[in-house]
Amino acid sequence: MGEEVDTGTNAVLMDERAVRRAIARMAREIVEANAGIQGLVLVGIHRRGVELSELLADEIEKSEGQSTPRGTLDITLYRDDLSVVGPRPVIGASDIPNIEERAVVIVDDVCHTGRTVRAAMDHLADYGRPARIYLCVLVDRGGRELPIQPDFVGRHFDVMPAEDVAVHVPEEDGRLSVELHRIE
Amino acid sequence: MTTKVEFGKDLTGLEGLSSEHITTLLDVAEPFKEISERAIKKVPILRGKTIVNLFYEPSTRTRVSFEFAEKRLSADTVNIAGSSSSIVKGENLVDTARNLEAMRIDMVVIRHGSSGAAQFLAERIPSNVINAGDGQHEHPTQGLLDMLTIRDHTDGIAGRRVCIVGDIVHSRVARSNIWGLLKLGAEVAVCGPPTLVPRGIKELGVHVFKRVEQAIEWADVLNVLRLQLERMKAGYIPSLREYNRFFGVSVARLERAPRDILILHPGPMNRGVEIDSHVADGPHSVILQQVTNGVAVRMAVLYLLAGGSPERAEASKAEGRS
Repeated sequence: MGEEVDTGTNAVLMDERAVRRAIARMAREIVEANAGIQGLVLVGIHRRGVELSELLADEIEKSEGQSTPRGTLDITLYRDDLSVVGPRPVIGASDIPNIEERAVVIVDDVCHTGRTVRAAMDHLADYGRPARIYLCVLVDRGGRELPIQPDFVGRHFDVMPAEDVAVHVPEEDGRLSVELHRIE
Repeated sequence: MTTKVEFGKDLTGLEGLSSEHITTLLDVAEPFKEISERAIKKVPILRGKTIVNLFYEPSTRTRVSFEFAEKRLSADTVNIAGSSSSIVKGENLVDTARNLEAMRIDMVVIRHGSSGAAQFLAERIPSNVINAGDGQHEHPTQGLLDMLTIRDHTDGIAGRRVCIVGDIVHSRVARSNIWGLLKLGAEVAVCGPPTLVPRGIKELGVHVFKRVEQAIEWADVLNVLRLQLERMKAGYIPSLREYNRFFGVSVARLERAPRDILILHPGPMNRGVEIDSHVADGPHSVILQQVTNGVAVRMAVLYLLAGGSPERAEASKAEGRS
């Protein structure tokens, strides 16, 4: 169901306008699914998910006139692959508002294997028991290794395992776009 | 993102580490602080790892701190105390460790009365070995938690003037502090009775103060060491009262300091000997924060050693997004 993409060179899959349109649409979908912003909490996964969650929150505030509580999640210590990939020296702090009986939207840039989302849900469970958890990603690139599916998706792309879908956000990368890179 | 610096199998001391290693350890400790503030103080990263805390010398603070660190990372832990195990039956260190290895363990945290015991063990078993204090050699995690605490309360360790006060000769805490602080660019001094300051320490680039008043005049940070009461019996000092009169850190002495001085103490304290109660409980004391930071530092050490092999770092380069 995803778009076929040209695998030849590095390519821009979504430019800034396309990303902003996708975020505006997902913001509307989130509010609609939740029937308003009552009890809604946006939680971004470090690092790019955090910035995307801020863009989503801005959109929601524009249409609903009210801000949504936000949190950040670093899933490093919940990964299942320490013995495979080794430790990471940069672990961001997690900062989670009250999620007890709230509708939590996990926001990330790319959904690939689903392992990050699995770790994020384990992490959230240590902070409380949300009424429900949604998953919102800018790009679904397929290749799932776990039975996890996003509820809100910016765009689907079918890409090869040897390719990397890179989401660029202003604070980290200086631009807002989705690009395809070949892994050397 | 991968570790820029490689950590070996073991942590036996700070002397062999680079400033990048030490800075990485302190940086990694930062996010671990938050875990101990949560309602559920546990993350699953070391799930399934078995860690043995092998303590040949009595210890409450260090052992409990390591145990909390291990448990908050979800490792399984076993404590073995020297006084209540096969060690009293005459089993030697390597045999004890090999028997533990035969039960398939992953890490050993060792406290031992002999200098070099941690290194000796590290060379003989494949498990990770962490030194929790060996004789008069080093106590690396104490050095790290002292540095983390100093960093929390100042603009950084480089250029900071830190004076270690007390029994320097017998102190592994002093050694780990000296190595670590010098590597991070601090100015380091020691102060104590001549019988308790090692000869030749100036060659390391360490200042020596004979009077605690001079140390207070000079320092930004005082790390006050515990005066072990057995030192008096061995004749290093005439009496505890005299030690307090000449080297005790008191409010009266601190009031003459030209600036506010941060007060550290590795514990357990002898109140009224090396430190007065009003100082220990005073506004510039960060002694309890050292204890809090100790858990975070030990979590960082366990985390970095548990995954820190070169092959794994290699594998992480090929890691894709998820």
